[in-house]
Amino acid sequence: MNSKQAPKPAPSRRAFLATTAASAATVSLGGLPAVHASSSDIIRVGLVGCGGRGTGAAQQCANGGQNVKIWAVGDAFLDRANTAQTTLRQRLGTRAEIPDSRRFVGLNAYQEVIANSDLVILATPPGFRPLHIRAVIEANKNLFTEKPVAVDGPGIRTVLAMHEEANRRGLKVVCGLQRHHQTGYQMSMDKIHSGALGTITSARCYWNQGGLWSRTRTAQMSDLEWQLRNWLYFTWLSGDHIVEQHVHNLDVVNWALQAHPTRCVGMGGRQSRTQAVYGHIFDHFAIEYEYPNNVHVLSMCRQIDGAENNVSEAVTGTKGTWTSRDTPGDPNNYRIRGENAWTFARNRDNDPYQKEHNYLQHCIRQNRQVNDLRYVAESTLTAIMGRMSAYSGRAVTWQDALNSTQNLVPANLAWDMSLPVPPVASGGTQAGMGMGMGG
Amino acid sequence: MVRLINRPLALFAMIVAGPVLLTAAALVQLPKQLPEIEKGKHANYTEKIPETDVSFDMVAIPGGTFMMGSPKGEAGRQDDEGPQHPVKIRPFWMGKMEVSWDEYDLYWRKNAAKKEEPKTAADKAADAVTRPTPPYADETFGHGREGNPVLCISIHAAMEYCRWLSAKTGKLYRLPTEAEWEWACRAGTTTAFSFGDDSAKLDEFGWFDKNSDEVAHKIGKKKANAWGLFDMHGNVAEWCIDHYDKDYYGTLPLDKPSLSPFKAPSEKRYSYVARGGSWVDPPAMCRSAARRGSSKDWLKRDPQQPQSIWWMTDADFVGFRVVCPVEEQDNLKGLKSKITRESPD
Repeated sequence: MNSKQAPKPAPSRRAFLATTAASAATVSLGGLPAVHASSSDIIRVGLVGCGGRGTGAAQQCANGGQNVKIWAVGDAFLDRANTAQTTLRQRLGTRAEIPDSRRFVGLNAYQEVIANSDLVILATPPGFRPLHIRAVIEANKNLFTEKPVAVDGPGIRTVLAMHEEANRRGLKVVCGLQRHHQTGYQMSMDKIHSGALGTITSARCYWNQGGLWSRTRTAQMSDLEWQLRNWLYFTWLSGDHIVEQHVHNLDVVNWALQAHPTRCVGMGGRQSRTQAVYGHIFDHFAIEYEYPNNVHVLSMCRQIDGAENNVSEAVTGTKGTWTSRDTPGDPNNYRIRGENAWTFARNRDNDPYQKEHNYLQHCIRQNRQVNDLRYVAESTLTAIMGRMSAYSGRAVTWQDALNSTQNLVPANLAWDMSLPVPPVASGGTQAGMGMGMGG
Repeated sequence: MVRLINRPLALFAMIVAGPVLLTAAALVQLPKQLPEIEKGKHANYTEKIPETDVSFDMVAIPGGTFMMGSPKGEAGRQDDEGPQHPVKIRPFWMGKMEVSWDEYDLYWRKNAAKKEEPKTAADKAADAVTRPTPPYADETFGHGREGNPVLCISIHAAMEYCRWLSAKTGKLYRLPTEAEWEWACRAGTTTAFSFGDDSAKLDEFGWFDKNSDEVAHKIGKKKANAWGLFDMHGNVAEWCIDHYDKDYYGTLPLDKPSLSPFKAPSEKRYSYVARGGSWVDPPAMCRSAARRGSSKDWLKRDPQQPQSIWWMTDADFVGFRVVCPVEEQDNLKGLKSKITRESPD
């Protein structure tokens, strides 16, 4: 895995699994690289996207096992790359080996980071994710990708194709839907999947909170620089907050129901965050999703200051109801009420942001298959179809969303390009319908 | 409250646990009976936050001298509560209630407390105080907002709130020292709780694990202590200024009172004292002397680096209340949080 080590004959996969003494997995095997590493190999980690989350993920990755080093960083902006480089050196000491020669800057920085790494962390704004995921998988590198993984149907199709490709290549992929690595959710899903709620009849999920940070445009910023630095507020970059944030809760519902929606009808708008600094995204959505077997799911998300908050999920079946921690009025437990009453206290939860990296490295070391791309793509598309419905005012089916041809990410990005801010979608009106289905 | 202060000291002598660690020689320098409560010259007041409809009550807390910490043998006692040592406290006012979202929202929410009219000098000073970045969460974490105590915030946020409140009102507000907090909690008592030693009575005075239904409650719904302070036992634990040091009491003299001691806060993010126990804690953690120190665990679900210096995603059992010194002690003058985004753990 580490090209600096002298290649040795690679054992077959079966032989590798049979002998822990195997120390080298560094060379290609029948044209494919070995993508697992023995415990003594250094895993060189590259970070693409040097914001707070990316820097945090790099730190968690460095703490995720033995013999792992943060090796390269890349960002569109020098100041962000510098900050991550400095912070990771301070926090990680010798576990961060990031000379200036491996600190890459610009819109193509990802290519150099990937080339220099065994394991890549993708933490840029989500609009870039399909492009970056493709580049990582096609370079035969293992991957930790933040959520969501796309902002539109074409992006999702790329990620689903890369899911197949990563499987074919034996690559290890974990995504940042960290609830999958959170003890309380894992225990809850075990209960739900083993029938504790009986037959599931409905579900609810929410991410209602106040507004988030924003970056004011300065005189010297080009269209592209401002939109990248203020990326939450442009659908081509964030997918809107239903995709960027609420994907976590929609993912829990998909996980619980072991399905994705077939159709949805949504609404939403922009009632509080109306200033130019907030681009053109909505500040609230409410979506009704239809799942197989006539199961209906209520979804709400909102980023409005001073309104009622709620970040939680609930699933109801013929034998009871499950609620997550942070449920208003009952925040302390994951809980099942009904025939199979059960609680799991929040203080028994682990640190899921650390655990997801421990698990990925475990899988790399043990050559254990892990590839989260399908479920993260489906959860992302669940959010995208909700947005499409709210923007357009029309019902949207899974196939509509998956097969959408509207690519929101501008082609041939360049710093001096003109990137006008799209109009705010207005569901049901002609203008809204015109730009709605894909946007 | 005034009635209580004027009670003969002899009354308190009857319930003094006994300064078992003091030598006869040391006693010469100490008041004959502890606690010794000075007669207060200040009175309760109500603070209205300017340009808002929000107000809160401040209770006059007398100065005096007491044995800080718990005696060996107190049920539920931990080692960090000793040795008991004499502490002299200067008079101050303390918030009658834990700070609620009604007050805190005025500080941290952009534009929440602003009006259209030209700003006053106090407004400008208040605006100069740093303010929390918006969290990626429901900051109440399902515990409720109106009338509910602030929780899931850092000591840095609590200290900056105090600076904001000071600028807004022109009075000096800050967090209590750990010694001030325990003095105010005890309200002249030497027992495990301000109402005695029997934890069975805790249900009358506070929210703890057995009566809280696992949620923080609106402030002021239980009985106050003898000095008129609500929710000192339970509901949310309360930030104090001090760094948490389990051995700190052992560094203080046993034979003469330490004057308003505190373990000064630094640029480090951890560990700081939170007192009084909470809705999630058993009665033992809600005792007057029970101590707790913050840890990284309280911010487990913040995946950013640097992590937030404002919010503590997993500390939905910690809030705070403010104090206002009658006359600020020299070594606390000008004190402000030194924590920044670059601060080490």
